[in-house]
Amino acid sequence: MRSARTRFIWLGLIFLLLIGGNALAVLQGTGSWVPKLALDLQGGTQIILAPQVSENQNVTEEQLNQAVSIIRQRVDAGGVAEAEVTTQGGANIVVSIPGVPDQATLERIRSSAKLEFRAVLQAGADLVLDETGEAPVIAEDSAPQSSPTDPSDVAWITPAIDSAYNQLSCAALDERGTNVADPAEPLVTCSDDGVAKYILGPVEVDGGTITDAISGLVPGPQGTVTSEWGVFLEFDSEGTEAFRTVTERLVFLPGVRNQFAIVLDGKVISAPRTLAAITDGNPQISGSFTQETATVLADQLKFGALPIGFAVQSSETITATLGFTQLQSGLLAGAIGLILVVLYSLVQYRMLGMVSVFSLVTAFTLSYFVITYLSNAQGYRLSLAGVAGLIVAIGITADSFIVFFERIRDELRDGRNLESSIAGAWRRAFRTILASDAVGFLAAAVLFILAVGNVRGFAFTLGITTIVDLIVVALFTHPLMQMLGRTNFFASGNKLSGLDPRALGAVYRGRARFREPVDVGATAQKKSAREAKRRQTIAERKAQEEAGLLEGKN
Amino acid sequence: MSRFTKFGNALYTGERSFDFVGNRVRWYLIGGALVVLAIAITMLRGGFAFGIEFSGGSEFRVSNPAAVVEQTAIDTVESEAGLESNPRVSIVGGDSVRVQTEQLTDEQTTQLRQDLADAYAVPVENVTASFVGATWGQDITRQALIGLVVFLVLVSFVMALYFRTWKMSIAALVALAHDLLITAGIYGVLGYEITPAAVIGFLTILGYSLYDTVVVFDKVRENTSHDGEESSRTFAQSVNLAVNQTLVRSINTSVVAILPVGSILFIGSLLLGAGTLRDIALALFIGMIAGTYSSIFIAAPLYVHLRENEPENRKQGRKAREPRPASGAVR
Repeated sequence: MRSARTRFIWLGLIFLLLIGGNALAVLQGTGSWVPKLALDLQGGTQIILAPQVSENQNVTEEQLNQAVSIIRQRVDAGGVAEAEVTTQGGANIVVSIPGVPDQATLERIRSSAKLEFRAVLQAGADLVLDETGEAPVIAEDSAPQSSPTDPSDVAWITPAIDSAYNQLSCAALDERGTNVADPAEPLVTCSDDGVAKYILGPVEVDGGTITDAISGLVPGPQGTVTSEWGVFLEFDSEGTEAFRTVTERLVFLPGVRNQFAIVLDGKVISAPRTLAAITDGNPQISGSFTQETATVLADQLKFGALPIGFAVQSSETITATLGFTQLQSGLLAGAIGLILVVLYSLVQYRMLGMVSVFSLVTAFTLSYFVITYLSNAQGYRLSLAGVAGLIVAIGITADSFIVFFERIRDELRDGRNLESSIAGAWRRAFRTILASDAVGFLAAAVLFILAVGNVRGFAFTLGITTIVDLIVVALFTHPLMQMLGRTNFFASGNKLSGLDPRALGAVYRGRARFREPVDVGATAQKKSAREAKRRQTIAERKAQEEAGLLEGKN
Repeated sequence: MSRFTKFGNALYTGERSFDFVGNRVRWYLIGGALVVLAIAITMLRGGFAFGIEFSGGSEFRVSNPAAVVEQTAIDTVESEAGLESNPRVSIVGGDSVRVQTEQLTDEQTTQLRQDLADAYAVPVENVTASFVGATWGQDITRQALIGLVVFLVLVSFVMALYFRTWKMSIAALVALAHDLLITAGIYGVLGYEITPAAVIGFLTILGYSLYDTVVVFDKVRENTSHDGEESSRTFAQSVNLAVNQTLVRSINTSVVAILPVGSILFIGSLLLGAGTLRDIALALFIGMIAGTYSSIFIAAPLYVHLRENEPENRKQGRKAREPRPASGAVR
């Protein structure tokens, strides 16, 4: 019985630790006594971004983490409260925002903001598409006739590039996306507004060397303030040096080759003429900015470009009302499920059913605190699928109590007294529960690691409740049964206890006290006698043989 | 004491016994026929109906409209310039209308959202817009398939280690395949949409089906491990007794597991209509019933099938088949 108390104490300790951990978080103002809810329960928008990479290209974990931290900074800078940015399934990024995001917020999140400075080699008006609306055909790449000497050399324009340029329609460019262009090669692209198209030299300065970017009104020629918005950049020493080299070269070049294209995500946002060499590394970008777009771009540039381009794969908005309805229905379904399980247990197992009710309540409380703790400590959010997982777990948790109870009954049927029945049943039932919970946990773990989206929330709660099930059955249900087994109510096999040996058809009960014979069929008597014999120990069998009892038994 | 307990007693002692193992051909045929039917009818119907998550598209949901009618939405979408007609409109949960269209641009989405709000005379906040790229469903399916394979390999290994025989793993996996095929088949037969939530349900069946089989097999392991050449039962009889002895447990655990799932299914369909809760619960509901059937009627008999011809098990129970000495002495 000491072991029963010890195990209750362990369970108490687990509860204390969880509650203590929670209380600490609440006192520090970082936590709460209720778990945080996912978007589908509290309303909001979830955007899933998928990386845009070519077939044979892989997204590394490092790139993904970098992208997550950049997106998080951008969202925070945009003043969106409580946004969450996480990775999912090893490739996607999930952004969860309360409420409905506006276009600017979306833009802020998804554009990769890869900034490049390239020299302009050729520029012209957009091609007007013919009726068929055919996209330009890119001819086979061929080496330039003569190697270009510097990035402004027209020798970069090979016949292939020239034909690509000639056939380029800016409407078609939108669909293709030029964000994956090789920085060492020339680029054929359009202006942001789709009016002009360009052939640009290789990248000479890239956005990675930007140390700061702020938006503001562009000063006029004599220091007067204009109404035009722009972004002011600050480069590090490497960027400053590169910028100086380029502008010093461009300033002497004629025509369009005097222009310097600022390329954002593969499109030219502005291609200013180089009026003077910029030596201080503080250029400004102006174009057709509004205050908002200038601020967004400055934020994007400040936090850096995303290492890979992303496209919105899915975007789901759930109103707060719908979220609340879903939470309500989930809780209602859980309550009904719980009541049904309790009723069924009571009908089947009488007072023993109460043990399973108390165990379920313990399991539920424990799961609740684990989830709240994880919500505080790890930022876990309970989703609708997670709630479903919790409800499904009611049944699976009650399963292990039933396995245990049925084993106790089996032992009673074999004629053991209650205390040794409980001990014997526990040894066997725990093995079974351990094995089946291991399978259940394995399923949940594999789902959690490999799955994406909603599946994870579901697998997570299922996994937690499997562990909770083990803890509760070992540290609560079993010691409780041990203690109850000593009470007169259960040990005497009260009709309402659910453990009445007479009703269970026990062979004998108590030490050497056989029950009154019950009228069972002849075959059954034979079978149960055989069963009893089979379970004899060798010593018992020998003793019986000596006493000559064996003869009469069969 | 209830009749059910007496039933349990009789099953335990062997007074009553269902011949799960002996009639195995019949049980295999029932299970096999159901699987074949499920596949055949699904094929005849032209395969599974996949949800918007798999085909890609935009979805709008109008909550609490003045009048819950589908036609308003159809008219609204058709009057919209530049949109293909034929939206899929359905009423969910009794108080909201769901409209699914092909994938729209941001501008079209904003426009249609506003128009739907006007048409149903609700504030625009009551209309939610979602869109799903066509790759989303493929991604989730691919991950699910990878998960399936990894899980099956791991779990076969774990079960083979625990039970010390890979034949139990095989029997359990066959039963699992039966459960999955029937569950997916019922989706196909009834033409229910397969959504990511339904996929979650399918995946959970993996865990539940094997969980149930493990409990039965653990009793089988216990009963048969005591057996030796001396046993009065054949291997098949031993397994059959084990299944009978866990039958009450099987029924009780299945009822207890299915009750909450049924409650989610009921509440989910009644209050929320098509959605996460209903889709998860429906798959689980079917899968759990199939799982209980297959643990008893397929996994255990199949295990006997795989093992009864092993030399050691052949010897077992030979004594039972030999005529008993009249004296009744066993040795």
